[in-house]
Amino acid sequence: MPLEALPTLPEGPEKDYLWTLNFGPQHPATHTTLRLILTLDGETVVTAVPDIGFLHSGFEKLGEDLDFNQYVTIVDRMNYISPIMNEIAWHHTVEKLMGIELTPRCKYIRTILGELARISDHLLCAGAQALDLGAFTAFLYGFQQREVIYDIYETISGQRFHPSYTRVGGLLFDVTDQFIRKVRNFVKEFPKTHADMCRLLNRNRIFLERTQGIGVLSKELAIDLSCTGPLARSSGVVRDLRKDEPYLAYPDFQTAFKVVCAAEGDCYARYIVRMEEMIESLKIIDAAIENLPAGAVNVDVESKAVFPAQTSVYRSIESMIQHFELVMPNRQWTPPVDEVYGAIESPNGELGFYIVSDGTGVAYRARTRPPSYIHFAVFPYLIEGHQISDVVAVLGSLNIIAAELDR
Amino acid sequence: MALTIPDVMLARLDPLANWVRANSLWPMPFATACCGIELMATGASKHDIARFGAEVMRFSPRQCDLMIVAGRVVMKMLPVLQRIWTQMPEPKWCISMGACASSGGVFDTYAVVQGVDRFIPVDMYVPGCPPRPEQLIQAIIDLQAKIKQTGTLQGTEFGKRTEHKGPLPMHLN
Amino acid sequence: MAHDTIIAALKAKFAELVTTEFRDNFRVVVAPARLFDVLQSLKDEHGFNMLFELTAADYLKYPKATDRFGVVYGLLNMATGVRIFVKTWLNEPDLTLPSAFPLWKGADWLEREVYDMYGILFDGHPDLRRILMPEAFTSFPLRKDYPLRGRGERHNFAVITRAES
Ligand code: SF4
Repeated sequence: MPLEALPTLPEGPEKDYLWTLNFGPQHPATHTTLRLILTLDGETVVTAVPDIGFLHSGFEKLGEDLDFNQYVTIVDRMNYISPIMNEIAWHHTVEKLMGIELTPRCKYIRTILGELARISDHLLCAGAQALDLGAFTAFLYGFQQREVIYDIYETISGQRFHPSYTRVGGLLFDVTDQFIRKVRNFVKEFPKTHADMCRLLNRNRIFLERTQGIGVLSKELAIDLSCTGPLARSSGVVRDLRKDEPYLAYPDFQTAFKVVCAAEGDCYARYIVRMEEMIESLKIIDAAIENLPAGAVNVDVESKAVFPAQTSVYRSIESMIQHFELVMPNRQWTPPVDEVYGAIESPNGELGFYIVSDGTGVAYRARTRPPSYIHFAVFPYLIEGHQISDVVAVLGSLNIIAAELDR
Repeated sequence: MALTIPDVMLARLDPLANWVRANSLWPMPFATACCGIELMATGASKHDIARFGAEVMRFSPRQCDLMIVAGRVVMKMLPVLQRIWTQMPEPKWCISMGACASSGGVFDTYAVVQGVDRFIPVDMYVPGCPPRPEQLIQAIIDLQAKIKQTGTLQGTEFGKRTEHKGPLPMHLN
Repeated sequence: MAHDTIIAALKAKFAELVTTEFRDNFRVVVAPARLFDVLQSLKDEHGFNMLFELTAADYLKYPKATDRFGVVYGLLNMATGVRIFVKTWLNEPDLTLPSAFPLWKGADWLEREVYDMYGILFDGHPDLRRILMPEAFTSFPLRKDYPLRGRGERHNFAVITRAES
């Protein structure tokens, strides 16, 4: 970063007390990818200038090169602690562009997977927040349950980390009974781990003193800075796309879950909101898995949006032609020539895609609205005036995912 | 049966040094992206890398002797990676974890370095996107075998290892 | 419907507005010269207090496109939940827009990203410099005339060998 980009410091004798500290990118609390340039007065942070881009890998450029189904493997790698949420958001927008209405079974399965992803994201975030403040055990408890969720992903798709499971108009495969058994088991076992984590942290004196009253974000500022998700909700903004603009199967579960909000807006409130959201997610999963509708997971083959079943490709010429048309780069889908924005509630906030379509199977422009990017811009407002040890607490509570931040 | 340890043991110093080096690797987790989460999973309860003596993750390069590059390295990050690598004391080893670190993986774009082995020496490649924790553990075991076969007490040969050249990018060949 | 009254009020105030609609997205297309006034009116008179999205696209290879760059502002009214998109067209060589930072603080990084990726300048932005790409980078990577694999910048580094490290 060039020197002239740094903020100007006060002139005169006070200036002698100020010094500059480079924080990151190689620092455990910055997850190796964020860099902060802090100006300190003793231990108090006077200004903080974030420097990002250490993981900018050209996602959006790739989105202009790969077709709607191929790009799902790339969006997977965007918010890598809840990968399936990105897939759902991407195909939600693509289907909105093409005007496809999913089958009920597909909607339910996507909802369940999305909520599982939300739990695994919050588990890692709460665990890492505690880890950064020196509490290792909660992190290990959290990872234990994340392994269970990985196992569920592996059951459905064969990949434990990046499932790449959604497709335009449906899913890669239908789920099996084993999946249902594993999800039921998870619903039964998870509250125990959750209670353990709560017991470790909620009233832990060290944790409380390092998070309460630290990094307070007011409601007005949260709206002005475009915050969404748990960050905004812990500042008293009541907005959750699952309630306000219900998508997938959420219209059916409006009474099954509550939107969790807090008024304080400090690091502890963010932690509590995340912990409580996990319980609400669990209620949605429970309701959805018990009411899973029967039927197909893909939309009707006649819509020309989905691949026909493998057996029929081998046995009938029409299916063969349709399969061929969908994989040939000069055929594929023919969406309307227009632009569309679609968003879902990801664990971090509103995850949206803005697609400009030129009528081919490849997006002309695939813009992501990344919550992490918008939330990291908030950081300087939160930290100024606090101690240097609070930098870690605030960073942990924002849940910045580097690949989503830099894309 | 209780293991009885004799009062005096004889060993040659070179293998002894290698044995010590191999079984107390201190990794420096250079975990930039998704592979970093699998690296965390390897360190966490289920897979527990501590069984292989490599659990002491240190974020200061001066304390480490095994760099695990987990995740893609991009243009802005590469100078950081190189500086950290030069800051680590000899003897040191490098594991390139995942497709991105080894070859650029799915990210064949303007910003991503197509394999860290073009710019720093790498001892062990772990394929996968991301590799399973078992694969990373296997890589550490293999690296331990490699360490046990090479090296002397003084460790002078580490400075003399031959120059490393990465492959050319595919579309230039 | 909420959109109709907003759009009617806007049209009464700014005669040259064009509005389009696709699925549930409502768009207002406006010339760069009137952009700031439209944004301000939307914020002050219609309560759009959140800028949830600000992005751009390069229409160089778009079928039947007449303008080069399109910049899109997504606005949200937190009280009613209504979303509206404001779009403006830009052409070289004059790639300057008024900054939305005085209206919404959230525009800060979003505008920096658009500048970094497309080279569109925002007049009045407090700190407009590259955010994702290195400072020394000279191109604008998301423009359509920039190749996907770059122009070799990614291999432009010194190699460290075993003997040197
Ligand atoms: S190899 Fe795959 S999992 Fe690992 S960093 Fe690259 S994209 Fe992520």
